[in-house]
Parts: sequence; structure tokens; C-alpha cells
Amino acid sequence: MPDTDAPLYPRRYGRPVSVIITDNLTKRFPRVTALDRLTVDVQPGVVGLVGANGAGKSTLIKILLGLAPATEGTARVLGLDVATEGAAIRERVGYMPEHDCLPPDVSATEFVVHMARMSGLPPTAARERTADTLRHVGLYEERYRPIGTYSTGMKQRVKLAQALVHDPRLVLLDEPTNGLDPAGRDEMLELIRRVHSDFGISVLVTSHLLGELERTCDHVVVVDGGKLLRSSSTADFTKATALLAVEVTDRQSDPAFDVVGALRERLTGGGLTVTADGGRVLLVEIGSEDTYDLVRDAVADLGVGLVRMEQRRHRIAEVFQDRAADERPDERPDERPEEATSHV
Amino acid sequence: MSDSMPAAARADVIHDIGYRHYDGPRLGRGYATRSLYTLTLRGSFGLGRSIKSKILPMGLLALMCVPALIIVAVAVYLKSGKLPLEYERYLSIMDFVIAVFVASQAPVALSRDLRFMTVPLYFSRPITAGDYVRAKFGAMFSAMFLLTGVPLLIMWIGSLLASMSFSYNLEHFGFGLVAAALYSLLYSSLALVIASATPRRGFGVAGIIMVLLISSAIASIIYFVINRHDINAGFQVHESTAAYWANVISPSGLVDSSVTWMFKLPTSGASGVPSTLGGFVFLAEIAAVSVAAYGLLVRRYRKI
Repeated sequence: MPDTDAPLYPRRYGRPVSVIITDNLTKRFPRVTALDRLTVDVQPGVVGLVGANGAGKSTLIKILLGLAPATEGTARVLGLDVATEGAAIRERVGYMPEHDCLPPDVSATEFVVHMARMSGLPPTAARERTADTLRHVGLYEERYRPIGTYSTGMKQRVKLAQALVHDPRLVLLDEPTNGLDPAGRDEMLELIRRVHSDFGISVLVTSHLLGELERTCDHVVVVDGGKLLRSSSTADFTKATALLAVEVTDRQSDPAFDVVGALRERLTGGGLTVTADGGRVLLVEIGSEDTYDLVRDAVADLGVGLVRMEQRRHRIAEVFQDRAADERPDERPDERPEEATSHV
Repeated sequence: MSDSMPAAARADVIHDIGYRHYDGPRLGRGYATRSLYTLTLRGSFGLGRSIKSKILPMGLLALMCVPALIIVAVAVYLKSGKLPLEYERYLSIMDFVIAVFVASQAPVALSRDLRFMTVPLYFSRPITAGDYVRAKFGAMFSAMFLLTGVPLLIMWIGSLLASMSFSYNLEHFGFGLVAAALYSLLYSSLALVIASATPRRGFGVAGIIMVLLISSAIASIIYFVINRHDINAGFQVHESTAAYWANVISPSGLVDSSVTWMFKLPTSGASGVPSTLGGFVFLAEIAAVSVAAYGLLVRRYRKI
């Protein structure tokens, strides 16, 4: 499992076990620092890159593709140096941009064939791979229609197909679920899962929603303000961040009784970490299965009704508040590094 | 694929083959650049695009060729020993059609990629900004050269059919092709720079038309003003060579007059050079504008 605390150097120049390695990667623009000494080691699999808008995700992708030079530090993709071997990286890597990139007046087939040839596939191979890839992403008869007539979900599939058509060893997917409805999101995430499990292609997928990546990724990297907040396997992550939202009724006999306060006291006493979520809701960090029992017993002891008890995921913002508040209490940059660079 | 699928040899079974990896050749940057060139060149004539996008470029190509056909037909019918028109002259007469073609198609080559943000996608592939510009510039130049060269070819074939002087026509067809190449080079340069500045096709079209046609119009006005002034001053009209300097601001005038001068063709109207030095200045200007345009394009795409 990747471990960002371990020194990277021993494996740096060996067999490229890691698909992406960055070492103190820094990107400064005249007015903002988009990436700040980022050191990560991404293994084969589906890896999520999570961060709010402006956290430096798109900047990182541009550097990994060898399209923008890093100010400091190094990065290797598939064992290739981004500073000197950009062209070789781009031949082996697929990229799905966040923004629209599809001309509306050509069909998906024509477009993907063209992009396959732009990756160096000979004409016949380009056509065959296009037919295969479009089928794999779930586009059938409609692939002969102009892209302008497609739904958002279908367009996202075309974007994914053009990233996969040349059979890359790694795909970089920038916010692939953007603009999709919940059903479309699930389908896209399932597809991304299959890109690794069925196609054997490693995936780096960015999102600003931690929740959706937890389901899809083996490993999650969280960045904020260009800094690495956390890099750990999804299992660790879920354990540490899963929350239980608990809401209780007032005590029938004594409406003035501070139920929330009393409950909080009891749960904290039981060794749980509890935060208030406004009103009558308490957020309890789920340590183990016992957590549920503790909450149930505490509520029963107080003699109040349990309105709801539901698992809740941390939104990415909450992860930031926990960490960022400790490290940089005075600063939450208003600048958006991504906006300076997103018009690629 | 070969050793992992021995069962595929049995032809009577349909397999769900799942995902197949590609281990064939990857042809690299040069091939990708040529693919982009071909796509853009075909696109300039609406090939591989909708019927609607074929109408204008194909119509303009026909418009370029029909007068040439008529000229040839008349010359053959009248059994005149000579085409009524210099090859080079034909292009300067058809200047308007050439300008409309480049104005309508240069934005197709560049603005669409900007507007639909396909450019970053290209650069996530092995090709570089330089390759992109090379492909697009080459394709626009080739499209223009086809548009201007085909009618000249028709005239030349006509001259052969009518058994006109072979050597004279071959030579002057060659002069015509030089003019065609210079028109293609200069017009493509100007048009692509303007088209690369805007993702809006309409702005691109309007900008190019403005630059090409308005500059020619202003040049003509200046030419006639100077000429008139000289006449009033007692000079003869065709001696007033200073007026030819007006061509420096007109793309069509530049090509027309420098080709006329280089090959000592008969001047007509404003198509002269002020002096030998002027001729070299005109040629140098064409070269400088083209090189500068190419450099600007590369710089513009390097930033993306």
C-alpha cells in the first residue's frame, strides 16, 4: 500500500511499480502557489484525487502530462520523468478533461477514430479500437449520430472513450462525474471501476466529492491549497471519516431537559468523538461496530426517542476543516489556483 | 493476444472477448501530425463534415473553375492560338473568391478547436504546439493551393487541347502556380493568425474579410489618388511608379505586382512595382509576414 511517509528514493529508479510518484512537487504562479511540496506515491489501481475547486488537481494533471513545468520537485509517471519524457508519457496515458472538448457536428465514431490516430494508431487499428471502446463505455447505435445530439451522460462516455481508445496504461480522469445526475454518476463510477478491474488500466480520478470516490477507489489522496492533506487506502479513510448522525427527541416528562448535552456527555464518556451539527443532531465518529450499541444504549438510558441514526460521509470540506484548521488557522486562500490554469 | 486466446481458433463459437489490449504499432508524432493535416485539409472542403458545410467551399471551388472552363471553351471554339488571359491575371481577377474561401475556411481550421476546447485534448497526445501549427498551416496552405491551382490547371490542359504553344503555356502555367503559391502562403498566414485569436467563427470570418478586402480597397484608393496627383502634375499615367507603393498594404496587390514583376508579365492597373528595389521589398514583405504569422501561431498555441 502506498505510504507517503516512507522515503521514496529506494524505489525511484527501480522497476516502475508506482504509476505516479511526485517528490516535493511545487508549482507557483506569480500570485498563487498551486502545488506546495506535494509528495505522493500512487500504486496501480483506482486512485482518487480529492480536493475543493482550486486545490491544485488540474495543475497536477497538467504537470503529470508533461504540459506544464514544475517550479520545484520532480514527478515520474509510469517511470518516466515528466520534465524530459512528456511525449512518451502522453503516448501511454489517456486524459479525460473536466471541460467540454467535443465538437458537436461530428459523430462519436468519427471523433474517437480521429483521436486514436492522434495517439499514433494506424487507420485500421484506430477504427477497430474505436468500435470496441465505444461499446465498452456503453455507446451503441447512437455513436453514428452527431455528438451535439447527445445527453451529458453520453458525452461523458465519449470523453472517456477517447481517453481509452489507444489502450493507455494509465488514465487521468478530471471530474468525470461533473454535471451528471445521480444515476449517471453511479454508471460512470461503475465504468471507472471496470476500467481497472476489467481492462487492467490504472486510473487517477479527481473529484471534489470524497463520498463518491470512496466507493470507487482503492486509494484516496486529498489535497487542499496545493498541499497533501492525506493519502491512504480507502478502507483506512472510511474508517476514520465515517460519521453517525444521531437525532433524538425531547424528554416527554421534562421538555426543558438538555437531551443533546446529556447525550453528548455520555457518548464522550464512552470514548467516542462527538461534534454538534446544529439543532438536535450530533455527529459521532464511528470507531467500530460497538459505536452503534453505545449510541443505542445511551439514548435508551436517557429515556428519549431516537429520531434517526444514519451513517454519513465526511464531505471534503469537513476533512479540510479538521486538518486545515490546525495547520493554517488564519488562512483559507480565496485565490483559486485552478482558475488561473484551467483554460488549457 | 496471441497466446492468451487459443480458443479463438474455433470459428464456430462466439466469444465475449471482453476488453482487448492493443499491442500493434504506435506511429508517433509525425503520423499524428499528418493525420491532423489530412483531416483539416479535407475539412476545408467540407469532406467528412455535414452536407451544409460542403456547400460554401465546394461552391467557391466551382466558382473558381467555371470561368476557366469558359475561357478554355471559347479559346478552343475560336481556334485562337493563345489564351485570352495570362494565368497569373486570372487569379488576381478571381481574388474576391479566394479571399472569401480563406475567410470562411481558416476559422473552420482553428476557431472550432478553440471554441469546443479540443486543443487541450490534442496536446494531451504526443503532438506539440509546433506540430499542431505545422499541420494546420500546411492544411490551409494546401487547400488554398488547390483552390487556386486547379483553375490554372484547367486553363493549361485547355491550351494543350487547343494545340497552343506548348512551351509558352508551360512556362506561364508555372508563373501562375508561383502566384498561386504566394496567394496561398500570404492569405493563409493572415487568415490563420486572425482565426486563432477568436473562438467565434463569425468574428474570424469578418476579421479576415476586413483585412483582405478593405486593405485592397484602401490600396486602390491610394493608388488612384497618387496617380491622379501625378497626372495633374503633368506626368503620364503609366510612368507614375510611385503609386505602386500602395500595394504594400494590400495582400492581393503584393502578390499580383511582385509576380508580374518577377516574370516580366504585362502590368495591368495597379499590378506594378515601383522599382527593382520595390519588387524585392514586396517579396521580402510576403516572406516576413508569413514567417511572423507562423511564429505568432506557434507562440499562441504554446501558451495553451
